[in-house]
Amino acid sequence: MSLLNVVDLKTSYGPVNVLAGVSFTVQPGETYALVGESGSGKTTVIRAISGLAPAQDGSVTFEGQEIRGAPERVMRPLRKDMAMMFQDPVGSLSPRLTIRSLITEPYRIQGMKDKDLDAEAMRLLEMVNLPTHFADRYPYQLSGGQARRVGVARALALEPKLILADEPTAGLDVSVQGELLNLLNDLRERLGLAMVIITHNLSVVRHVADRMGIMYLGRLVEEGTTETIFRDPRHPYTRCLLSANPEPDPDARLERIALKGEPPSLLKRPSGCEFRERCPFAKDICTQTPEWEVDGGHGLRCLAPLS
Amino acid sequence: MTDTLLEIDHLSVDYETGRGDLKALRDITFDVNKGEIVGIVGESGCGKSTLISSILRLTAPNTRFREGEIRFKGQDLLQASERHMRDLRGADISIVFQDPMQTHNPVLTIGQQMLDIQHRSKQSKADKLAHAAKMLGAVGIPDPEARLKQYPHEFSGGMRQRIAIAMALMSEPDLLIADEPTTALDATLEVQIIERLQELQREFHCAILFISHHLGVIAELCDRVVVMYAGAVVESGEVREIFHNSKHPYTRRLIECDPGHIKERARVLPTIPGEVPDLANLPGGCIFRDRCDQAMARCATEVPPLDQLKEGHHAACWLNHEEVTT
Repeated sequence: MSLLNVVDLKTSYGPVNVLAGVSFTVQPGETYALVGESGSGKTTVIRAISGLAPAQDGSVTFEGQEIRGAPERVMRPLRKDMAMMFQDPVGSLSPRLTIRSLITEPYRIQGMKDKDLDAEAMRLLEMVNLPTHFADRYPYQLSGGQARRVGVARALALEPKLILADEPTAGLDVSVQGELLNLLNDLRERLGLAMVIITHNLSVVRHVADRMGIMYLGRLVEEGTTETIFRDPRHPYTRCLLSANPEPDPDARLERIALKGEPPSLLKRPSGCEFRERCPFAKDICTQTPEWEVDGGHGLRCLAPLS
Repeated sequence: MTDTLLEIDHLSVDYETGRGDLKALRDITFDVNKGEIVGIVGESGCGKSTLISSILRLTAPNTRFREGEIRFKGQDLLQASERHMRDLRGADISIVFQDPMQTHNPVLTIGQQMLDIQHRSKQSKADKLAHAAKMLGAVGIPDPEARLKQYPHEFSGGMRQRIAIAMALMSEPDLLIADEPTTALDATLEVQIIERLQELQREFHCAILFISHHLGVIAELCDRVVVMYAGAVVESGEVREIFHNSKHPYTRRLIECDPGHIKERARVLPTIPGEVPDLANLPGGCIFRDRCDQAMARCATEVPPLDQLKEGHHAACWLNHEEVTT
């Protein structure tokens, strides 16, 4: 049984339909990456999964239990198994609580009174490689990388089965970014964690994700194993995204495929293929609406796929 | 050297704090030539922001310029009058900031803001608006005349950053400072901004000082690179030299750490263990030695000078000491 099963998830805010039907699954221990431009709905997907954003239609099952639109009384015990890492590392920590209170807050919320909270705080700080005297600090005394690690400690406190991580490395220096990804990889192996990770850094995706889904305007347009997508991207949008990844080599010969224009407004979704107005490879057939088709685990929504 | 535009000459800047002087910049030396794109790379706390605010003299009140000069077209900006600095800012030197969502005034239209920054010009309002529309067109904003009537919230992040670039270039500055202009944007927009900057640089021939911690962007855009660590320049040189023939262990480690560099999926990514030293309480010797895997006895006692290794390539590391040509 898959750990997380998202089927045709839809979210709208009034007339703006942010998610127009997103489906994917995550197996236990698997890392799944969601990539796409700003505004493609990545963050809404994971917020809708954890019940922090509304989802009007579709289904989210976690370990077989339907949780879309579930009331807080159902969600709260589940959050023990399903932790969030938020995008803004400092903003997601209450400025008035010490690091000790922050990383032991999950135990209090879950009513786990028999735990020795001080000992747990020390254990968690060590796990994320922070000095134990940080327990008495406040968030403003931390650097971005350290605040990130506190976020990881909080997310891992209750040994969840799934982590939903929104841009876990955004704004970090490359050396610190490596440390954080190594930490997540290590914990994943030790604890068998599954992860849904949102990032627009494709180099990061290559090193952490088993499978990836590419989102455009609130829909998946391509999905497959990370290796397949990097080697053989079939959707023109995926190809554009991959080609837009600047390489740290001044002599790299990039065959860059430029995206035309801006993402269309969600209030005026284009007819037919929603990417066609910006697609450098659009054909006449693209005025028809492409269906989601899966071939050997490689999903695609395109009528004129690249070979 | 008639084509040198900006010379940073042995600049040292401190911040006075309750814990003593924080040595934010120490002995910084590099040049920017006319029409050249120079990248400054370095991690958080390396002094990039202090450097930019020093060039513009927009520094915090506890800033102390201890030594050195910042010469722009031969004139030392640290000695210039405030009036002269005001004449330079936004005219000869302009800047694009990191966060496009906070650069613009939310309650004024883009057109009004673009009019306001032309306050020095004697042109008519209609001419100024036409100039504004032309600049928006130049950065690839479709239908610029109509867009001038809109407010910042009606534009996407990428468009706002391009508008910020258009505004910075309106006065045809000799020097454009770009402070991490793509950090808040995603990869496709980042590429759009880089390509736009390259085009505009060819058109306007301004020099660009491009600050970033994204090595891929630096490699693609810049002619020369200055690598900073903990308030000091550790290496500077032509972009190919820096990426292919780096002479400082920090530069090499930084490039190794970039996951874009590693093509095969790696289980463990390289990192640089350790922390940046406390700038209020500097250790003696080389600033990087605690994190350097090639540190020698000499590194603990003497600060390595920024030596010229060959024409235009400088590095501050004792490992190179046989190679010094000057």
